[in-house]
Amino acid sequence: MKYLDEFRDAELVRKQIDEIRRLTTRRWAIMEICGGQTHSIMRHGLDELLPAEIELIHGPGCPVCVTPLELIDKAIAIAARPDVIFTSFGDMLRVPGSDEDLFRTRAGGGDVRVVYSPLDAVKIAQKNPDKHVVFFAIGFETTAPANAMSVWQARQLGLRNFSVLVSHVRVPPAMRAILGSPYNQVQGFLAAGHVCAVMGYWEYPPIAAEYKVPIVVTGFEPVDLLKGVAMTVRQLEAGRHEVENGYARVVTEAGNRPAQDLIQQVFEPCDRKWRGIGVIPDSGWRLRAEFADFDAEQRFDVGAINTKESPLCISGLVLQGRRKPDECPAFGQACTPEHPLGATMVSSEGACAAYYRYGRLARELAQSEA
Amino acid sequence: MTAETPITLQGPVCPAPITQRDRIVMGHGSGGKLSHDLIAKRFLPAFTNPALAAGDDAGLVAAGPSARLAISTDSHVVWPLFFPGGDIGRLAVCGTVNDVAMLGARPLYLTAGFILEEGLELDVLERVIASMRAAAEEAGVQIVAGDTKVVQRGKADGLYVTTAGVGLVPDGVQIGGAQARPGDTVIVSGALGDHGIAVLAARGELGFDADVQSDVAPLNHLIAAILAASPNVHVLRDPTRGGLATTLNEIAQQAQVGIVLEERAIPVRAPVAAASEMLGFDPLYIANEGKLVVVVAPADAAAVLAAMRQTRYGEDAVAIGTVRAEPRGRVLMKTAIGSTRVVDVLMGEMLPRIC
Repeated sequence: MKYLDEFRDAELVRKQIDEIRRLTTRRWAIMEICGGQTHSIMRHGLDELLPAEIELIHGPGCPVCVTPLELIDKAIAIAARPDVIFTSFGDMLRVPGSDEDLFRTRAGGGDVRVVYSPLDAVKIAQKNPDKHVVFFAIGFETTAPANAMSVWQARQLGLRNFSVLVSHVRVPPAMRAILGSPYNQVQGFLAAGHVCAVMGYWEYPPIAAEYKVPIVVTGFEPVDLLKGVAMTVRQLEAGRHEVENGYARVVTEAGNRPAQDLIQQVFEPCDRKWRGIGVIPDSGWRLRAEFADFDAEQRFDVGAINTKESPLCISGLVLQGRRKPDECPAFGQACTPEHPLGATMVSSEGACAAYYRYGRLARELAQSEA
Repeated sequence: MTAETPITLQGPVCPAPITQRDRIVMGHGSGGKLSHDLIAKRFLPAFTNPALAAGDDAGLVAAGPSARLAISTDSHVVWPLFFPGGDIGRLAVCGTVNDVAMLGARPLYLTAGFILEEGLELDVLERVIASMRAAAEEAGVQIVAGDTKVVQRGKADGLYVTTAGVGLVPDGVQIGGAQARPGDTVIVSGALGDHGIAVLAARGELGFDADVQSDVAPLNHLIAAILAASPNVHVLRDPTRGGLATTLNEIAQQAQVGIVLEERAIPVRAPVAAASEMLGFDPLYIANEGKLVVVVAPADAAAVLAAMRQTRYGEDAVAIGTVRAEPRGRVLMKTAIGSTRVVDVLMGEMLPRIC
């Protein structure tokens, strides 16, 4: 398929692997920010092809994984109301809350619908004036413009029965949090290409300078990912720490200005809790006061939410890049995609799910071939 | 926030495990892991017998001293009722014909049970019946018994059809998931994912047009050609719900063998590949209704492929992998770029990625 096959070309991949081998003289730890990149790395087995000196650390860029438990419990409480149609991206339905997930809420009679776009939720609100339609607005900068657009449209249409449950998160503050942690091992970043398509990469030079880390804007196909790794290693080996664009066919420095403007008009920065990590200052977006009528948290008083956390799962450490999924004693045993203990095992972008799905038996195969 | 004030980490946190599901969720009907568990834990213990326990698409039973029958049943609840390339009627006939034929049986007779929703237009029913008749004629089977029930408006999505079928297994034919052997060649009869994407597109859920037709077809004539070409066919199976990945995992489990696929060899049409990329689906997990997997002794693989390519529904047949002794019960794939990864069963409902 055009625009895809050329970025999965075996010969190009081999050349890039050779180049990375040639460049690498010592161990380097590089974090890919985005869960989509983690998924692609595991799906294509890229970690297996890289030289042993290059360690890929999987970042917290899985929006499903970092949505706080309190908010999932709130979503479940709202979705269970008979006067509500609750809409969400599909992945969120399977994320375990304290007691159940949205799939179970649906099986118990809640009107929970999967939508592919928040604008579909607005259409549902138009068609169902006697119901209140709530959209679960989660995600990074990638989903923020469309989510902002849904609120904007709802206001233009004068809809009184539409609101959003917001849990938006932003990448740059998370990068700072990781780099500022006393446990940090990350020496270079593959910045998330889709996030940068919206936001550009003008926010990154201060981070690269302050923490002395190279940041390379990177895409998602094997050739893109290896190009990002090669550019990062070249900087690391040369002692440079700059922001470079390895995904120029999609990303510009300025990003998508109209999308950024729309985000700014509807949302404002706020502190945000990340599941498994904690509160990161300024790392979220919430609705501006003028859009308070569209805030599901203000509209629905769901009472006190008492979350129940378990000490078994180490997803917090995985999300911070401090542990690999298969270093968890519950991995593949008590915790599987079918019975996830943590959100990282749920979403296809979660590091644990990606490991489980694609990587878990690589060793077994190596043995069988030996 | 500055570099000097690292965030306070609240430590590794995670929710308690999901308590046992006490209700049916949509994932129980996906054909993936949840469906399998439902069958293994709820149905098998209650109805246990050797034919059911074999775990094939149809049950194999003795009828008298020498004759063997393959019996299968399949319910159809597809929505919309009509989609590019097929409809619920054609699906209901082909689904059961294929399940019976996958044991190497010659399908002979079907039954059909209809659940009709109050208010269904008779014209719609007529079209479904005509489609069933055409599919039965194509497959060479007769529909010899039936049943009709009507439920109140809102209790069904227009109409549901359940078919059952019976076929005669020729002497000497020994086909089933457990027969796969190390060294065997794995063949697929054509491109994957057409049915699933065609139905999604017909629902208007893609948000874009996809020029894809469902592959729904009766495969018994194709199977007859395969069996005529080789006496060493070990497994035949149609990768319906859960897709090729789930079907191959079933075979690997049943036979306690490993299966290694070549990603580059797996046929997927461009519009299906494009729709899958956009939605975050993997064509290996998308349903097919007119494709089959053949596991055959390597010496006969070329002859079987040649025979398949002579038939209407096997023109694009291709070898996609091999059976190995290890790793038992697992499916692996050599990727197009030269690495290896696991191909697991579908876990629950297939969901689109969000970004």
